[in-house]
Parts: sequence; structure tokens; C-alpha cells
Amino acid sequence: MKPFAYHQPNQIPDAAKLLTSIEDSKLVAGGMTLIPTLKQRLASPVALVDLSKLGDLKGITDDGATITIGAMTPHVVVAASQLVQTKIPGLAALASMIGDPAVRSRGTIGGSVANNDPAADYPAGVLGLGATIVTSTREIAADSFFLGLFETALEPGEIITAIRFPVPLKAGYAKFKAPASRYALVGVFVAKVADGVRVAVTGAGPGVFRVPPMEAALSGNFDPTAIAAIKIDTDGLTSDIHAEADYRAHLVTVMAKRAVDAALS
Amino acid sequence: MGEVIGIGAAPKRKEDQRFLTGRGNYVSDIKRPGMTAGVFVRSPHGHAVLRGIDKSAALASSGVIAVLTGDDVKADGLGSLPCGWGITDAKGVPMKEPPFPMLAQDKVRFVGDMVAFVIAETPEQANAGAELLKVDYEVLPSVVGVLEAVRPGAPQLFDDVPNNICCDWELGDKAAVEAAFKKAAHVAKLSLVNNRLIGNPMEPRAAIAEYEPGTDRYTLWTTSQFPHVVRFLMGALVLNIPQHKLRVVAPDVGGGFGVKQFHYGEEAVITWAAKRVRRPVKWVASRSEGYVSDRHGRDHVTEAELALDENGKFLAFRVNTLANMGGYLSTFGPNIPTNLYGPLLGGVYTTPAIYCNVKVVFTNTVPVDAYRGAGRPEATFVLERMVDVAASEMGIDRVEIRRRNMIPKEAYPYQTPVLVQYDSGDPMGCLDGALVAADVKNFGVRKAASASKGKFRGLGYSTYVEACGLAPSRFAGRLGARGGLYESATVRVHPTGQVTVMIGTHNHGQGHETTFAQIVSEKLGVAFENVDIVFGDTDRVQFGMGTYGSRSLVVGGAALSKATDKVIVKGKKIAAHLLEAAEADIQFEAGKFSVAGTDRIKTFEEIAGAAYVPHNYPLEVLEPGLEEQAYYDPVNFTYPGGCHIAEVEVDPETGTVTLVNYTAVDDVGTVINPMIVEGQLHGGIVQGVGQALFENAVYDEGSGQLLSGSLMDYCMPRADHLPMMQVSTHSTLCTHTPMGVKGCGEVGTIGSPAAVINAVVDALSHLGVTHVDMPATPNRIWRLLQNASLPVAAE
Ligand SMILES: Cc1cc2nc3c(=O)[nH]c(=O)nc-3n(C[C@H](O)[C@H](O)[C@H](O)COP(=O)(O)OP(=O)(O)OC[C@H]3O[C@@H](n4cnc5c(N)ncnc54)[C@H](O)[C@@H]3O)c2cc1C
Repeated sequence: MKPFAYHQPNQIPDAAKLLTSIEDSKLVAGGMTLIPTLKQRLASPVALVDLSKLGDLKGITDDGATITIGAMTPHVVVAASQLVQTKIPGLAALASMIGDPAVRSRGTIGGSVANNDPAADYPAGVLGLGATIVTSTREIAADSFFLGLFETALEPGEIITAIRFPVPLKAGYAKFKAPASRYALVGVFVAKVADGVRVAVTGAGPGVFRVPPMEAALSGNFDPTAIAAIKIDTDGLTSDIHAEADYRAHLVTVMAKRAVDAALS
Repeated sequence: MGEVIGIGAAPKRKEDQRFLTGRGNYVSDIKRPGMTAGVFVRSPHGHAVLRGIDKSAALASSGVIAVLTGDDVKADGLGSLPCGWGITDAKGVPMKEPPFPMLAQDKVRFVGDMVAFVIAETPEQANAGAELLKVDYEVLPSVVGVLEAVRPGAPQLFDDVPNNICCDWELGDKAAVEAAFKKAAHVAKLSLVNNRLIGNPMEPRAAIAEYEPGTDRYTLWTTSQFPHVVRFLMGALVLNIPQHKLRVVAPDVGGGFGVKQFHYGEEAVITWAAKRVRRPVKWVASRSEGYVSDRHGRDHVTEAELALDENGKFLAFRVNTLANMGGYLSTFGPNIPTNLYGPLLGGVYTTPAIYCNVKVVFTNTVPVDAYRGAGRPEATFVLERMVDVAASEMGIDRVEIRRRNMIPKEAYPYQTPVLVQYDSGDPMGCLDGALVAADVKNFGVRKAASASKGKFRGLGYSTYVEACGLAPSRFAGRLGARGGLYESATVRVHPTGQVTVMIGTHNHGQGHETTFAQIVSEKLGVAFENVDIVFGDTDRVQFGMGTYGSRSLVVGGAALSKATDKVIVKGKKIAAHLLEAAEADIQFEAGKFSVAGTDRIKTFEEIAGAAYVPHNYPLEVLEPGLEEQAYYDPVNFTYPGGCHIAEVEVDPETGTVTLVNYTAVDDVGTVINPMIVEGQLHGGIVQGVGQALFENAVYDEGSGQLLSGSLMDYCMPRADHLPMMQVSTHSTLCTHTPMGVKGCGEVGTIGSPAAVINAVVDALSHLGVTHVDMPATPNRIWRLLQNASLPVAAE
């Protein structure tokens, strides 16, 4: 790890100001992704701006038709939340499948969404539910937030403050864990919302994506059998030492069926 | 007063007091006054010419004290890292043994090969300096697989090693095997890969070296399984340091599994550097650094053929293997796929003729050496897979074909056609026990239950034997060992009757401090708590070959037993004097010396006191003091073995294999501490399951990059991968070790991969699947099912 300055602001505007005024500065939330890259000297920001003292970034609120989760809320809190378990059980289940207990206690929803790891779980939930990313300056729809491998619509200095999830009619998540890392080799989030069905896939490609043919089929018949025969094109899917592209494509269908099963149960 | 806790008891482990309370003393815990930090600069290329190194920017970096390179090694006239075994080919031609410089000279041969050592005031400064080192590489194509490496036109690692073949080794009677194949009713064939593994001990490697100009003495603290061997190899053969001027300490070590039983270049560089900078130097490997520098294991490609008569009796076995050595010869490297492999191909069967050819091959990968089991898991895997393939082809039940070929209990000692002679064993007894323990008779019910959930269930057997307790020195010497393989122990009885044992083995998780104390407690009748075991310091322990090859109890324990017997012999002499009786009339039992047939006794403490306060003592014929030493060189290997039965469930939709039941019945000879034996079996089985289902070291052909270079990509087995295991022992006593022990450190790893893969193949056999390579990952199983000859549907 190379030396860096450390700031712990109390107000969101102060944090945003530090971030824009110090070149090569970085936000740190749970640090589960950032700290390992610092230790391996893959990143060497001159300053870290710690979000942990911004109290209004933590917690889960019930707004009736939506649930809002503060950016600094750790996965373990989402997984254990009565509110989330009742209103969006698929999202609570998703949070409970992230990493291991230590990672779930430190890692945050804001950090996960901002990082947009191609194998992370939350992006599937956020895109699958059609959530809204609330930032220090604006609100961004999930459909225009995730831009590709570790890339998002966030501008320099922009801080995610919360994620707002519409409460779906039904939703479920199924994850095939990568054997070593336990990130998603393929994870599929399926949600039945007021205006149709959304299917979001993580792990299979360079970024989270939706599957319109499955969405159409499930809108007609929200049952696993409706999508059993839908095959995903292998073009653009990831092939690595853990899984070849055609196997990932196959898993998308299997996990989508299981996600529908989970949503129905 | 504590009590005697002897052989067969299961006290909690003595060493856990400090481990569980955070009071262990590992190398990275040690701080020396004025200590500096060192960092190795390693090759990022699999294969490259080292054109030059510009140290200037690194040297100018803040806090940097020195930068050492291969040129400095050359200038100081230091040796190359020695190989402890010299094998020969069929014509007696010695293996090719190119030098293994401690810092690369002229060329680098694997990603991770060391090119420089940067020493600074702090680790951060050393890292910063290392990043500024300018190394000029001319990158060459890499070759990482053995099949590719021996092909014409392959990149050549060394100018004088044609086709990258270090040695073309063979064992057995080729002609007899050919003749047997000619008259065979059936020949079964099998091609397989034994996947490359990375050991991953919990504690990464680390070292600290210090030079004292006042005494011209060096001390090296290192994460080693064999400090005395490091002292010898490094002092005598690399750095030219006289043995009495070099102290090597291996304090608490957090797991070894073989990874720490080699003399590594890092140890030599750091010891040499400490004298150059006249300050202690410390290096602690990161996990990532371990992946590209800890010696790897396994990595074979094999073709095997079994000749059978019409009743399924094995007539002959022929095995051709290409074994990966990596970029250089490590300490035991060439010995593992040859001497520890070929002699095990007889297994528990009466196969009369066996021939084995092994081509030992250099590639642009981390050197390959012993990893838990070392050669024997590879042999067991080939043989036990082969037996299943033959059974299936001939339509004979897998258990039945094993029974037809097994060595009966009465036939021991049994001479195999591949050098080794098994002293004792009862493979049929282990098999029978395991069949019951695994509830094999109700397997059909469980299979049907799985099928009703759309899953395929399979059962796999491995009836195996291994050779451990390394090793009879004379025998090993004939096979190419360049050192002895005995062990030593000193039993020091204090004037107050407590005992300190100095032993040459090294405890790094095996529970020696407990097991060895039980032996002494039982034999001397001394309280268990009054026995301490000292190891891992060449200044405190007389000598030793260390811990590997399941040898600690078998060879070290034998030395300890002998030394303890000598204490009793001397104690009897003292007792005879004090009790005014003839020595022959003195009995020793339960800590008391007595005159046979009388109530006249002297306690062990009284005898110890008399030995150190020799006022009434036969000084004319007996030296004072009560301390005895013994060296023990085994007369044969020991041959533990047993029967493992794995039960798996395959999800055809995802290809996931779940291990649902695991049963092991093993013959490990006498059991000193059943809890520790059970723990060793559990751990060993898990490592074998890891190889079978999860672990795989993958290199990129061409670039030589390690693609599985972290725990995010290299899958270690975890608790939730495993069922509760049923392990038990069915022991026959070793006929040549003093206590009848056979060793248990590696059996689990040796028996399990074949059991698991045989179960996976069984689960898929109705689809025409006849073999699955390790690891049986979901992707691999799914691919097999895609290509399977029958439609995928649960029966
Ligand atoms: C061993 C291990 C296993 C894991 N397994 C999984 C898994 O199975 N599934 C999964 O989804 N994830 C997994 N993770 C990742 C983990 O879930 C964390 O969510 C993730 O590391 C990011 O969250 P964090 O709070 O730790 O962010 P940090 O590491 O602190 O930050 C990550 C990045 O996001 C930026 N950032 C953080 N917060 C904000 C914000 N509010 N606004 C804008 N930018 C921000 C930071 O600047 C940084 O660039 C794993 C991590 C580890 C270490």
C-alpha cells in the first residue's frame, strides 16, 4: 500500500468537495473492493474520502410503493431487514448470498453499485427491479446507469446516496456461484412489476444486462416453463478458466428458471 | 500431579494452548534489532532472456539500502540451488541437471523466477524501490504443458536439455509386461491428466536472516519443514558457510503440505544479503507471491493399459507418464514422479508384471515438487481409475474385480514386481469394513431418491496402499537420494524427573507435541504434562531430516522410542546400584524401578535425582546424568492403506457435483492418538477432494502466465463443500517399526481423488461416460453431458 491522505467528512457536500478538489482522490465505503487494490498497489489514490461518518447514508426506509436503501447500508443489514424480507424477499435473499459474513458486514450497497463489478450481485437486483440510483446531484434510472465493465453513469465527484427500489409483485434471484470467488458465475434476477417482467443477468458478460425474450415470455406466463426453451446468444459472453461462454449461456436459462421458481415460492 | 497419558488416549493437543490464544511464534512475528525489509523482484514473463538490470533508480529511491542481482551472486562465487536426488535413465545415464541460480542469470524460466532482491528500511520502501528497478527482458515463447514441451520445435528452456527432457526414467520388466499383454483376454486403456496443484498453506513463506560479525555466525529463521536440511543444503552447497557457523530456526510454522520442505532460493539470498548489509533482513511473501513461487504439485499426463485374463485377473500393467518439473529442479523434484510413483503401481493387487516409463519434463512453470502424498496420489489415481475402467469394460462388478485381485492378508510380507515389499496389510478387511460403514447395500434406495429429484447419484471406490515413513537410507541411496533419511531424538531427563525431548522432525500442524509426549509418558510413566517436545532449531536439536512423507511418527517416533528405551536401560543400572540388586533383576513398570518379586522400589524421579546428584552412584562404571540419544534408520518403508468410498450427486442441469457421503477405513498401524489420526485423515481427504473437484493451477500456453494466481481463481475446498466424513481404522501392525506404526499424514490425500472421480463416473456411466478428468468442475461435467451418447435425463 502506498501512503495516502485520509478524510472523514460529516456532510455530503463536504465529501463531494474533497472529491472534486483533490485530484486522484477516491471514496471509500466498506473498503472490501478498494482496500485490496490498494494493498496490491494496483491503485494509489493520494487521498481517501471515507463515507462512514455521513449518517444519513445508512438505513432502510419504507415509502409505500418503494423502499429506499442508504448507500452505506451493509449487505448484512439488507439481508436481515424485516422490511426488505417482507416487501422484496428476492432482494434480501440476494444480499444474503454476497461473499462471506465478513464481506457482508463491511461491504455496502452503494459501493457495490458504484463499482459495477461484472460478477457482482446487486447490479442484477437494481436493474432487475428497475431501481433508481439517487446521487448527490441527481437521480439515475437503472437502465441508464450500468454502462459496462466497471463503468457507470456516475460523474467525477458524484456520490451515490441511496438506491430506491419499487416494490414488485413478485421477484426472485438465483445465483450460480463461481467456485473460488463465490461472486456470480451467473446470477439472474427476475421481477414481476406493474408494467411487465424484468430479467437482469450478472456474471455472464462484461456487465449486467436484460433479456427481452425472457421478459416477453414471462409477461405472458410467469412460470419457469415459459423460458425453458429460450437460449441466450453466446456472443459477448465471458469465457474464462471457470466457465466457457456457452456454459454461461446455458446457466442463464437455468438460473432464470430457478429465479422464477424463487419468485413464485 | 498430572497423570500419565499414553498410547491410544486422545488428550487435547498441547500446542493448541498457544495457537488458540494467539501466542504462537511464527517467522513474521519475529522482530530483530535494526531489522530491514526485503522484497524480491520476480519475472513477469514465463520465458525471457535477461538482457540487463539497471539498479540506479531503485538504489536512489528513499530508504533503499541495497539491490542484489544474479551478477552479484556470480561475483561472490555462490553455488546453485541443489537437487537432493539424482535419478538415472534406463541406460544409467544421469538426469540433466541444469543449474538453478538463486537469482536468475542470463535467462528467466517461469513467471515468478527471482531476478533481484531489494532491501530497504521498511517494506513500503522496498516495494517502492522494487517498482523502480529496470529489468530489460527479451521475451521468448513459453511452453507450459508437458505434451507441448516434448514436441519438436517447442521452446527450449536449456541449451543442453534436448526436447526439455530431464530424464527418461523407467521401472519394471518391460519384456514380461509385453509378453503378458500378448496373451491377455482383455486390455483396458485409459488416458488421464493429473491436475497441477498449489499447496496454499495458511501461513505464507517468510524468512529473517541475521549475521553476527563478532562470532561470524549466521541465523536464519525460516518457514521450513526441515531446518537441518536447509542448513546443510544452503550452508554446504550454496553459500559455503560452515555448518557450525549457521543456525537455522523454523519456529511455529502455519502448515506445510510439502510446500515448505524444499530449500528455496529466497532463504539463500536473504542469508547472503544479511551479511552484505550487516543488518537483519526480513522477507514475508504475499499470498500472490506464494502462488508464483511456492513449489507446485502433481501435473502428469498419463497413458495406462491393463492386461486381464478372462476372469478379470490382472496380468500386467503398463504406464507411460509425462511429468512436469517446471523451470528448474527443486529439492526433491525428480524423485516424486519416479521413485515415489512407479513403485506404487502394484497397489493392493497381485499384478505379476508392471512396467512404468516416466519422462520428466522441463516447462516454463513454477518448479514442481512434493505436495502431500507426492507421487503416490498420482499412482493411486491411475491404478484405481484403471481398475474401474477394466471392470466396466469386462462387465465385472467393481468390488468383485478388486476382490479377485487383492493380496490376501495371509500373503504378507508381499514382494511386488516394482521394488517394494509390503510388510503387512489387510486390504480385504478394510474393504469389508468400508462396505458396511458406507451402507453400500442400500445405495440403490439413495440413488432412486436422487433420481426422483432429477439428480444422478454415484458411488466410487478406492482400495489403495501407499509407501511412507521415508525412508530406508540404503534403499533410497540406490534410487538416487543424495542424503540419508533417518531421524534422531534426544531424551533429556531433568534432575527432577521432567523430560525434554529434542527431535529432528518438525511440527507444523500434525500434533507432534502431543503424540510424542504420549509416547514418552507411556514408556517412562512420567506425567504427560511433564514432557515437552523441542524441534525446529539447529542449535537446540542435534540433527534431523524434518517432516514430510508421513515420516515423523514412523521414523522420528522410532528414534524417540529407542532413545527412551536407552533411558530405561540406564535407569535400571542406577536402580540396581541403589537397590543393591543385580541389573537383570530390575523391572521397570509404570514409572517405578523394582527388584523382581520384592516390594523394593525406586521411582523414576528418585533415579533421575540420583543420576544428577551422584553421591551414591556407580561412577566407576556409569556416567552421571540421564540423557540419551538415538538415531533410527528404517529397514523398510511402511505401507498404510485402506478403502475409501465416496458418494456423489450430480445435478445434470448445472453439472455441479456434490459430495454427499464419504467413508474411509484405513490401516495406519498402531494409533497413538485417535483424535489426531482422525484429524489427519479428515484433512488429507479434504485435500484429495480438493484435487478431484475444485483445485486447478492453470497456465496460459505461450505467455506462461499463471491464470489461477489467487484464491479468487484457485478454488480451495471449503467446509460447505464437504459432508460429515466417516473415518475409522482397521489396523494391522507394521512388523518393522518399534511401535507398529505406519503413518497417517498422507493416506487421506492418496486414497480420495480416485474414490471421488470413480463416483462421478459411476453417476454418469448410464450416459456412456467412462472418464472425467480432475477437477470435475461444473463446466467440465456439463460439457461431458452435452457430448454424452445418451440423452440427459434422470433415469
Ligand atoms: C472476498 C470477497 C467476496 C466478495 N463476494 C461478492 C459477491 O459474492 N457478490 C458481490 O456482489 N460482491 C462481492 N464482493 C464485493 C462486496 O460485496 C462489496 O460490496 C464491494 O466490495 C463494494 O462495496 P464496498 O462498500 O466495500 O466499497 P469500497 O470497496 O469501499 O468501494 C468500491 C468502489 O466504489 C466507490 N464507492 C463506494 N461507495 C460509493 C458511493 N456511495 N458513491 C460513489 N462511489 C462509491 C469507491 O470509490 C470504490 O471505487 C466480495 C468482496 C470480497 C472482498
